[in-house]
Amino acid sequence: MSTSNTTYYIPHKATWPVMATAGLMTMLAGFANYLNGSAIGSTLMVLGLSIFIVMLAGWFTLQSKESESGMYNHGVGISYRMGMMWFIFSEIMFFAVFFGALWYTRNLSVPWLGGEGAKGVTKELLWPAFNAVWPTNGPASVGGHFEPMGAFGLPLLNTLLLLTSGVTCTWAHHGLIAKNRTQLIQGLAATVALGFLFVICQAIEYHEAYTEMGLTLGSGIYGSTFFMLTGFHGFHVCVGAIILSVVLFRSWRGHFSPENHFAFEAAAWYWHFVDVVWLGLFIFVYLM
Amino acid sequence: MSAVTAEHAHDDHHDDHAHGPEKGWLRWIITTNHKDIGTMYLVFALAMFFVGGAMAMIIRAELFEPGLQFVDPQFFNSMTTMHALVMVFGAVMPAFVGLANWMIPMMIGAPDMALPRMNNMSFWMLVAGILLIASTLFMEGGAPAGGWTLYPPLVLQTGKALPFAIFAVHLLGVSSIMGAINIIATILNMRAPAMTLMKMPLFVWTWLITGFLLIAIMPVFAGSVTMLLTDKFFHTSFFDAAGGGDPVLYQHIFWFFGHPEVYVMILPTFGVASTIIPVFARKPLFGYSSMVYATAAIAFLSFIVWAHHMFTVGLPIAGELYFMYATMLIAIPTGVKVFNWTATMWKGSMTFETPMLFSIAFVVLFTLGGFTGLMMSVAPVDFQYHDTYFIVAHFHYTLVPASVFILMAAGYYWLPKWTGHMYNEKIGQLHFWLSTISVNILFFPQHFLGLAGMPRRIPDYAIQFADWNMISSIGGFIFGASQLLFLWIVIDTIKGGTGEKVSDEVWEDAHKHGLEWTLPSPPPYHTFTTPPAVIPSDH
Repeated sequence: MSTSNTTYYIPHKATWPVMATAGLMTMLAGFANYLNGSAIGSTLMVLGLSIFIVMLAGWFTLQSKESESGMYNHGVGISYRMGMMWFIFSEIMFFAVFFGALWYTRNLSVPWLGGEGAKGVTKELLWPAFNAVWPTNGPASVGGHFEPMGAFGLPLLNTLLLLTSGVTCTWAHHGLIAKNRTQLIQGLAATVALGFLFVICQAIEYHEAYTEMGLTLGSGIYGSTFFMLTGFHGFHVCVGAIILSVVLFRSWRGHFSPENHFAFEAAAWYWHFVDVVWLGLFIFVYLM
Repeated sequence: MSAVTAEHAHDDHHDDHAHGPEKGWLRWIITTNHKDIGTMYLVFALAMFFVGGAMAMIIRAELFEPGLQFVDPQFFNSMTTMHALVMVFGAVMPAFVGLANWMIPMMIGAPDMALPRMNNMSFWMLVAGILLIASTLFMEGGAPAGGWTLYPPLVLQTGKALPFAIFAVHLLGVSSIMGAINIIATILNMRAPAMTLMKMPLFVWTWLITGFLLIAIMPVFAGSVTMLLTDKFFHTSFFDAAGGGDPVLYQHIFWFFGHPEVYVMILPTFGVASTIIPVFARKPLFGYSSMVYATAAIAFLSFIVWAHHMFTVGLPIAGELYFMYATMLIAIPTGVKVFNWTATMWKGSMTFETPMLFSIAFVVLFTLGGFTGLMMSVAPVDFQYHDTYFIVAHFHYTLVPASVFILMAAGYYWLPKWTGHMYNEKIGQLHFWLSTISVNILFFPQHFLGLAGMPRRIPDYAIQFADWNMISSIGGFIFGASQLLFLWIVIDTIKGGTGEKVSDEVWEDAHKHGLEWTLPSPPPYHTFTTPPAVIPSDH
């Protein structure tokens, strides 16, 4: 009877999930209060975030301790991998919404506003002067004059940074499997460094957009899609880099073996996912 | 012999599974046990069913007569909005997740859910989300009142409630995604070796497919409300034509979520019906594999028909035609299912205990709701019905005498297994007849109102709609009151029911239909710590 679930590890109680919920709820209730102009909002946000960070540290520590003590067998590992795969799938769907919004406005609704198709009358009546050319901030020029973000320069550099980090991440994985500790740690360190470098470059790009190009989140539909897509991606890069930092720390502590390194794999999958989303962004937001 | 081996294996390796529940109230906070979490989901869903039901009673009381009687129009609109949100996200979805938690591990021979800690978290995230959305009732400007679809630009006029509602959606999304991931991982990874995919009970199959739907759509809903948030507070122009955006974009994104969402509520319904009907017809389910394929086909189609909710918004003619024909296709796999349930009962030696009564009512009344859906799939005809009481009647027929009836059936069917006690059959049948008659008095006249042109979401109406509204309200009050019988039965059964000790299989020959009936009633805290060697395959 040596099937995967004869020794499947079932924890008997869980305190961190409730804390995660409390932290997240406090943070979001705080954010909502902040948006409504209530003074308590920012305090609640900081409190919620603190609870959440303590929870993350505690839960991750617990998981790695359990993993190191050999409580997770093959079956548990498969469940974790499935969990991570489906989580990444949900993230893909989240980004798909914003890519979809970009596609829809660029190819359908902006041309309609410009008088294309059966909607021509609307344009004549409402905005006869509107010239529907992408990039646009709409017939009312919401947010005023802006320059669109070019593809070559920082965005191209960022593409190279992320692609290289994908390579270093895989190189680290090969090191882990070959039990080459130096290669593992150097590869991971390079990946984390490239990730944070990407974030710094993007911060510089945003700064230029706001201060020199007149391009803001409020620059009509172009500004909305540009900043929401690149912003959410940048946030995911930060999260991915933090996850990889934790994995780097655990590698340095000698946690992973060629057979047992789910955390490394999950982080690597996540990182490649972030990488692929960036390629989509580079093509559809910057190049086209 | 094999039993001895299993017992031996248990002694050797499973002392860590010998734990009982924690002592005291803390048990319910920190539990990772699928049965505990299933119970919490079900109790929470039942509570929300009554909260959402109370809102429906306010709506029907206001509509009892023309003119403004009890509530002001803004609050009335809050009630229609909140009734929908509470029923969809607080009652029906959690109830099915509760059933999944309780039943899936027992049906596939697994010791628990695949990711027990995440299971705990998805329940508490649900509670957090519902708390946030419920808190908006007490805020300046009132709860959201623009309809559960939260269409801009109207919803952007919501007062202080808006960010709370949006973050509630985020939390509910996180909860649903985690629940769905857990269910998928459990089904794919935790089955007993003998439980091959095509031997799984249909409830497990329908949840596997529903789980996929949930993971695909909840992030889409989260994305769409995030754009509402930034349009309101961070100067973006996603849904503002002046900035180059389009309010119709929101509708596309929302219904890309919203249409599969209605299947999230109906696919597990199909699964439970396919589980109950064969037991009381004393026949194997007719067309098992066609049921599986039909479920998958419905799930696939649900992603490519969303704009049939938007026929009157000004779609290009090609869009109208495409979405009309694609929508009609759904009738085919759904028809396969209705045919199979009917064929399962054909020449069966049927008995009519309460779960079977609710299931038969489901087959008949869901078919009726499906037919009105088919009517509205015809785009030029929908122009007439759109946003009238006809659509209200349609989707309530697919939700109340379908999803809710099947949830009741599931309650009656599995309560004896969960508690070890038999429910009061007489009161159960009374509950059934009162519910079935009153639900038709409640919703059937709404078809006439809609065809005659009464718009939905209004607190007052023209005088010619008075008679049917009054009849509908009377049906609503009887239906609402009848549900108290169910509450009484649940509590009574937990406390001992009829006093008769039920057997392991509860229903005659049920052990042929599912692994859960091979376990004691009630099942011990941990079940299948070693996988069962033989599984029933009566289909």
